[in-house]
Amino acid sequence: MADARTLDINSTRYTVVFAAIVCVICAALVSVTAVNLQPRQKANARLYMEKNVLIAAGLVQAGQSVSRNEIEAIFQRDIKTRLIFLESGELVPEDKIDARSFDQRAARNDPATSKAAPINTAGIRRLPEYGVAYFVMKNGQIDQLVIPIEGLAMWGTAYGFLSLAPDANTIRGLTYYDHRETPGLGGEISSPSWLALWKDRKGFDEMGKPAVAVIKGPAGAPAQDPLHVDGISGATITSNAITQLTRFWLSNDGYGKFLKQVREGAVK
Amino acid sequence: MSAASPAAGGISFGPRERSILLDPVLVNNPIGVQVLGICSALAITTRVDKALVMSAGVILVGTLASLMVSLVRERTPTSIRIIVQLAIIASLVIVFDQVLKATLYELSLELSVFVGLIITNCIVLGRTEGFAMNNPPYLSALDGLGNALGYAVVLVVVAFARELLGAGKLLGITVLPLAKDGGWYVPNGLMLLAPSALFLIGLLIWALRTWKPQLQEKD
Repeated sequence: MADARTLDINSTRYTVVFAAIVCVICAALVSVTAVNLQPRQKANARLYMEKNVLIAAGLVQAGQSVSRNEIEAIFQRDIKTRLIFLESGELVPEDKIDARSFDQRAARNDPATSKAAPINTAGIRRLPEYGVAYFVMKNGQIDQLVIPIEGLAMWGTAYGFLSLAPDANTIRGLTYYDHRETPGLGGEISSPSWLALWKDRKGFDEMGKPAVAVIKGPAGAPAQDPLHVDGISGATITSNAITQLTRFWLSNDGYGKFLKQVREGAVK
Repeated sequence: MSAASPAAGGISFGPRERSILLDPVLVNNPIGVQVLGICSALAITTRVDKALVMSAGVILVGTLASLMVSLVRERTPTSIRIIVQLAIIASLVIVFDQVLKATLYELSLELSVFVGLIITNCIVLGRTEGFAMNNPPYLSALDGLGNALGYAVVLVVVAFARELLGAGKLLGITVLPLAKDGGWYVPNGLMLLAPSALFLIGLLIWALRTWKPQLQEKD
């Protein structure tokens, strides 16, 4: 280390140069890793999203370890993926665009395939032209409908899936698979025990208005108190946001028109 | 420089190296004796698989960070040494986190912030500042590895007890059939909550001090 003797390593100039070199090397290390691993991370995230469609539909249990092939097999056998014109509620013809590889998040960010959302309380800024819907089939009949939901919660956008019975009203399951809520507080929105409380509750009131709500304190049994779900203590903002975003996607701005058609038997 | 420290280049494994590597595992365990790194030990020891992945992270980061800090120790300006150490540790942790997301995606979601928090794990920074800044690379790597192993051992032991008693499982495989699934074992729900780790680590420290009375303070 001959240079260490001639160079004062505590001089300001050396310190600045040294800091810069360390930063560049560390940054290079991090970015090379991140860029190289990104395709695999994206594939994993997509698989996890599809797994959550199955969890919402109750075909896979939360926490159950399921391989890529098993998820693919269930999708091939039981799930029909279709796209919906959100504005009219009509199905998009199957040959127009491949529904399985449709990326709704990318579509809603692309000005060419999305529009500004109407003013809403769910923190949604843009709406895609198409929305995906998963038909869970059983013996050739529609058994459940799984729709993606998203909205601004306390710390960021929460993404989930809501599964409805063929009456397009009774909730069969719910998941949140991507959110930024505080672990232990708002983060409980992805805990299976809280999500299980949603089962058998109703999305709409008798007037056909989206009315399901996360309330403060405990709600009654689904049969007596179908429009309410227990609040999460310490997470009022998250609980309210969940109410708003669920209602938004059930409303006519979201999947409401499509769900109405399902209810009237227009969708087979 | 080549003659400055004879041990720097040698990679022999004598009694000194052995004690640097193995002492932190039992005699001078970072959790059991120095009571460092407790926060993550409470948070992620509910299951053995989480503890193993977290241990792997700390072992990799601890070893490589000590090695790299030691390699540049004689060129590091004193005034920014902690920042340099943190930059190195943080980069390694981010790399590990990225690899985890590319391989064990769901586990990486469950470990959530705790992998990132290895950056602030007192054990890693404590070893780079306390040992690697003053010792040659090979010894520093051994020291980092030893301390990370000491952390890992405690983590896995605590996770073993918590998963077994709290969920009747080990690595997700049912060992004690639960009463609610038709078995006989009624799980202890406390074991899945953070306080139980505090009790278990307390018991471990007690056991360690009974076994090695020299660890007890005079007073």
